[in-house]
Amino acid sequence: MSKSHVHPENLPQALRAEALEALLVEKGLLVASAVDAVITRYSERVGPMNGARIVARAWVDPEFRQWLLEDGTAAIGQFDLEGGQVEKLVVVANSAKIHNVVVCTLCSCYPWAVLGLPPTWYKDPAYRSRIVREPRTVLHEMGLALQADVQIRVWDSSAEVRYMVLPEQPLDSAGMTEAELAERVSRDVMIGVAR
Amino acid sequence: MDGIHDLGGKHGYGDVDHEVSGTVFHARWEAAVFAMVNAGARAGAWHNFDRFRHAVERIDPVAYLAHGYYGRWLGGLETLLVEAGLVTTAEIEQRLKRVSQSPPVSFNEHVAARPKAQPDPMGPLPQMAGSQRAIPVPSEFKVGDRVTTATEVQDRHTRLPAYARGKSGRIAGVHGGWVYPDDNAHGRGENPCYLYTVTFDGLELWPGGDPLLTVSLDLFAPYLKHVTCPANDAQDAQESK
Repeated sequence: MSKSHVHPENLPQALRAEALEALLVEKGLLVASAVDAVITRYSERVGPMNGARIVARAWVDPEFRQWLLEDGTAAIGQFDLEGGQVEKLVVVANSAKIHNVVVCTLCSCYPWAVLGLPPTWYKDPAYRSRIVREPRTVLHEMGLALQADVQIRVWDSSAEVRYMVLPEQPLDSAGMTEAELAERVSRDVMIGVAR
Repeated sequence: MDGIHDLGGKHGYGDVDHEVSGTVFHARWEAAVFAMVNAGARAGAWHNFDRFRHAVERIDPVAYLAHGYYGRWLGGLETLLVEAGLVTTAEIEQRLKRVSQSPPVSFNEHVAARPKAQPDPMGPLPQMAGSQRAIPVPSEFKVGDRVTTATEVQDRHTRLPAYARGKSGRIAGVHGGWVYPDDNAHGRGENPCYLYTVTFDGLELWPGGDPLLTVSLDLFAPYLKHVTCPANDAQDAQESK
């Protein structure tokens, strides 16, 4: 559905966006440099590296982990985050027999301040329609084969609460520093489509 | 509204196109749409994000599926800019002719924007940031309560997905008072109400499905009522003895 053979800059919606951009600049409603500022912000400063730092802290600091799970919004306050979309953050923990996965079936709500802007597949109809109904199959297709006795908890972000998954620490990462651990945490494990 | 956007549980959309890379914008125009949405909010084309979300829901349904996330945003944005009188469709079409020397045949086949001639009232400007609002009365439900969700739906914004309508679940979290999107999106005021996390068994939502699945949603008080099934009451009475 999202596949297209037209170059992304020549799609009808791309040309219409270009036309609207020119119009808004002409009317003084948009500063031309705002587009580059958006690209810089969400490519360099607001992204999953922030969530990874939070996960790594939870792995090395049991008190922080407990705080994060009890009151995610307050616990991430010390991380100096920007990017919005986390008026209330709920962090849900995986365990050997519980796997959590996050979606927004009605639009594409996502915790920008900790994970950045969502990947395209998170916003596409295939993921949004199927992950609430047949998550085990979808996760398997995405490369995560859960054992048959693992309970799956799906979190559909239907209001302003935002969700992030706290994965289990990989067994082979014992003894790593917090910074080294953060390098091991991918966007996908914090959404819950990987472990 | 029973719109194309309400995708939970629908069949037929195929495999997830799982891109592992962290690319956030795949073309410059996507970032331009993002920047224009910021600009539209600043210019007062909408007073709250609920109104923007609803504008995206009511774009052309074919465009909703075909134009991608930023195409959907563009449709919602153009809808609200035109409804607010900040631009006209004719002005956009005029610029379009300059942007593209040889427009594709299908150029205007599925314009996403759907501006209404008689838009909803703008509603009041929010008096404070964010969406949380203190409510001076206790919550209707507490963690562990059994609730059922509403079955009716109107042609307006709502955050109760179709797949969770008329279903029974348990309150798993009480989040205090929040602006009510169903009213706020339509300029009817913030009318804050309690927000609850409600957890449903997978089998309640999808009979014959995965027995080890639960699905949790954040639902506003007006979507919920206590389960009053006499059998359940009798069971509760037994449990409390």
